[in-house]
Amino acid sequence: MASALINVPKTAKRGDIIEVKTLMSHIMEPGYRHTASGQMVPRDIITSFTCRFNGTEIFRTDLFPAIAANPFITFFTRATGSGKFEFEWIGDNGFSETASASISVE
Amino acid sequence: MHDVNPTSRRRFLGLAGSAALCSTVPIVTLRPADATPAMLASAIRNVVGEADLHTGKVKLDVPPLVENGNTVPMTVSVTSPMTPEDHVKSIHVFNEKNPQPNIGNFYLGPHAGRAQVSTRIRLADSQKVVAIARLSDDTFWLASVDVVVTLAACTEEVI
Repeated sequence: MASALINVPKTAKRGDIIEVKTLMSHIMEPGYRHTASGQMVPRDIITSFTCRFNGTEIFRTDLFPAIAANPFITFFTRATGSGKFEFEWIGDNGFSETASASISVE
Repeated sequence: MHDVNPTSRRRFLGLAGSAALCSTVPIVTLRPADATPAMLASAIRNVVGEADLHTGKVKLDVPPLVENGNTVPMTVSVTSPMTPEDHVKSIHVFNEKNPQPNIGNFYLGPHAGRAQVSTRIRLADSQKVVAIARLSDDTFWLASVDVVVTLAACTEEVI
């Protein structure tokens, strides 16, 4: 069961630079490990993370097996107006999760 | 009573000595397919192309000594005014010795306000981590940090 944690300030002044923190729970199996019996564990990672604000892409990341389990990504953005952040994680084996957060800018 | 046969003792020591000698014969160890410095260089070339790499502007924050390579906090920040004319387009992070040279690509733009991203990464060995920033004028800036890792990630056995 996948779940996301998002931390975005609820309010901001116009022009402020705000920090967006995101965490998606995911095993991020790198695909280079094997079991005690020598079997390779297949890769299962999130490959892409996108953040859109009111429909416009503002941040995107390509993830590789070298990103730790439960990918935690933080970045900054300028508060230009009230609206909604939409987050999307896409990964192996059809993994796809979304989350959103709203901000009001005065 | 204490009838120690000197011949057998000498023979024993001789045998022990030759056994010790045998063990110095090089032992072939199997290593996982690591990303080599050559792979790191080619991964960087894939992003940078023929452009020159400059040192500076980029700050890569990774602890120099890591106990557990499974989660290593990492922050990349770039000195930039982040205006439409002069901003950071993307940040690319690479490593030297994980099975794969890539760690992550981060795409931002002038609306970011501050060119800084953080995440948590895996490191399979003590190695060099490289961060490259692409600016809006298509110049590339680089920073690298050497990290010592005590417990490696990525290739351990699954319990």
